[in-house]
Amino acid sequence: MRKTLYVLLGVGTPVVLLAAWFVASAGSTNTFFPPLSYILERFQELWLFAHFSSDILVSLLNLVIGFALAAVIGVGLGFVLAMLPKVGGYVDPVIHFFRSIPPVALVPIFVSLIGFGIEMRIASITLAAVFPTLIATVDGLRGVDSTLKDVSAVYRLSTGEKIIRVFLPAAGPHIASGLQVSLQTAFVVMIASEMLGPSQGIGAMTLLAQQSFMIADMWSGIILLGVIGFIANMLFELGRRRLLAWYIGSRRLARAQ
Amino acid sequence: MTNEAVAGKAAPSRLDVRSLAKSYGAGAKAKVIIEDLTFTVETGEVVCIVGPSGVGKTTLLKCLAGLQPASSGTAAIDGRVIDGPPPEMALVFQDYNRSLMPWLTVRKNLMLPLRHLRLPAAETRERCNDALAAVGLEHAEHQYPWQLSGGMQQRVAIARALAYRPEILVMDEPFASVDAQTRFDLEDLCLKIRKDFNMTVLVVTHDIDEAVYLSDRVVVLGSKPARVLTTIDVDLPSPRDQITTRSLPEFAALRTDVLSLIKRPA
Ligand SMILES: Nc1ncnc2c1ncn2[C@@H]1O[C@H](COP(=O)(O)OP(=O)(O)O)[C@@H](O)[C@H]1O
Ligand SMILES: [Mg+2]
Repeated sequence: MRKTLYVLLGVGTPVVLLAAWFVASAGSTNTFFPPLSYILERFQELWLFAHFSSDILVSLLNLVIGFALAAVIGVGLGFVLAMLPKVGGYVDPVIHFFRSIPPVALVPIFVSLIGFGIEMRIASITLAAVFPTLIATVDGLRGVDSTLKDVSAVYRLSTGEKIIRVFLPAAGPHIASGLQVSLQTAFVVMIASEMLGPSQGIGAMTLLAQQSFMIADMWSGIILLGVIGFIANMLFELGRRRLLAWYIGSRRLARAQ
Repeated sequence: MTNEAVAGKAAPSRLDVRSLAKSYGAGAKAKVIIEDLTFTVETGEVVCIVGPSGVGKTTLLKCLAGLQPASSGTAAIDGRVIDGPPPEMALVFQDYNRSLMPWLTVRKNLMLPLRHLRLPAAETRERCNDALAAVGLEHAEHQYPWQLSGGMQQRVAIARALAYRPEILVMDEPFASVDAQTRFDLEDLCLKIRKDFNMTVLVVTHDIDEAVYLSDRVVVLGSKPARVLTTIDVDLPSPRDQITTRSLPEFAALRTDVLSLIKRPA
């Protein structure tokens, strides 16, 4: 009953908002707020599927590769730092310094280092997105209960078993939260990195439309970015619920008691 | 559970603790927790170590399990000095809700320590089945630990130890955080598995009645730092029973002995 209500609200709210936009903007002559019907028309002409492989796929590929690299490097490096407390102590301030730089500000570094190509975009996405996962992994591993470590030692688990079967799942909830922030960061930097260099990608197209006063095209790009962001988050959440079902279940039970 | 199921297993181990001492920290700030402990747990015995909270019981077990190095002295199993977790030992921890893997079902928790033993799949299955049957949790094998009551979780932890087929089972205040009824059940379970699985058992507790009820021998620890006040042989009749054993005059006499030792200012 309650659940259906939430689903209805979740689906219904955007639909209602879109409908309101549609009605309110109908017949609008304001240059900056063209009618939604026209924006959707442009949406279809631009993205379905004229610029699908030339821009949408390019952006998505950058996002996926950049995020995947950030995830692997973040978790891997997190393990190394957490397992070597001495090294971790020295590296912590450096990590927090880089983490404090707004991710978008990292893009110019890569432009000057490796130019404007795809590599620059992927490198920017990766670097910006690595920190949330890295920090969450280190935190999660440092927080693993000492009893679980003792259990692993008493039953003589191998190092590999400790890492894969104890530490990774124990830090899993933390790592997942970090990955989610990384995904959002990767998305922002994906767009930002396209604002420099060759005008290829959804962000680049959107910026170009704005600069050439094709306001409806700009709006259609923004809508597309919103849809992609929403779907990416939803896919992530589905994966998280699957992998961390034990955690979500135990938390729910603990709250109920 | 039958003795047949554990046939072919090595004999239970003998544990020998000689002048064991343990301090945390070093130099002037060193904190002496254990000073010169000596006692023996003979093959197949159930020995309880009883002492007040904070005396250093967990610290002692960590040294015996090879999780902490002793500062001086030695502990040895069948003559081999312990310098890391011994393969023939299983340890049941005090905090059942922290010692089980919450992401694994009951059966998978039991299987985790068996992986690296590379047993045939059939034997792994059989060991888990036997262990679950011994603690009466066959029906819960596909549940997660956090779905179970405290007493059931501690039974899972015991089953995990049993599936590992240790020669010596060590338990750290295993029944301290369950209700009284569950506690009696778990104590009887402990006596039953000791017989069925043919192990040496060392139990640490702060509960004098529990120590007397379970043991062949009670080692009484005094504090601070921890040392052995005395060792008391318990020759109560077997099998023991929560009602009849506890109402024997010998039982009362033994618990009075232990109590007066602990209460007496050193
Ligand atoms: N890692 C540690 N470092 C310093 N002191 C410790 C450490 N672990 C335990 N202690 C101290 O050792 C004493 C004995 O603790 P413990 O062995 O847990 O006692 P018990 O299990 O008998 O209740 C306590 O005073 C505790 O504060
Ligand atoms: Mg303790």
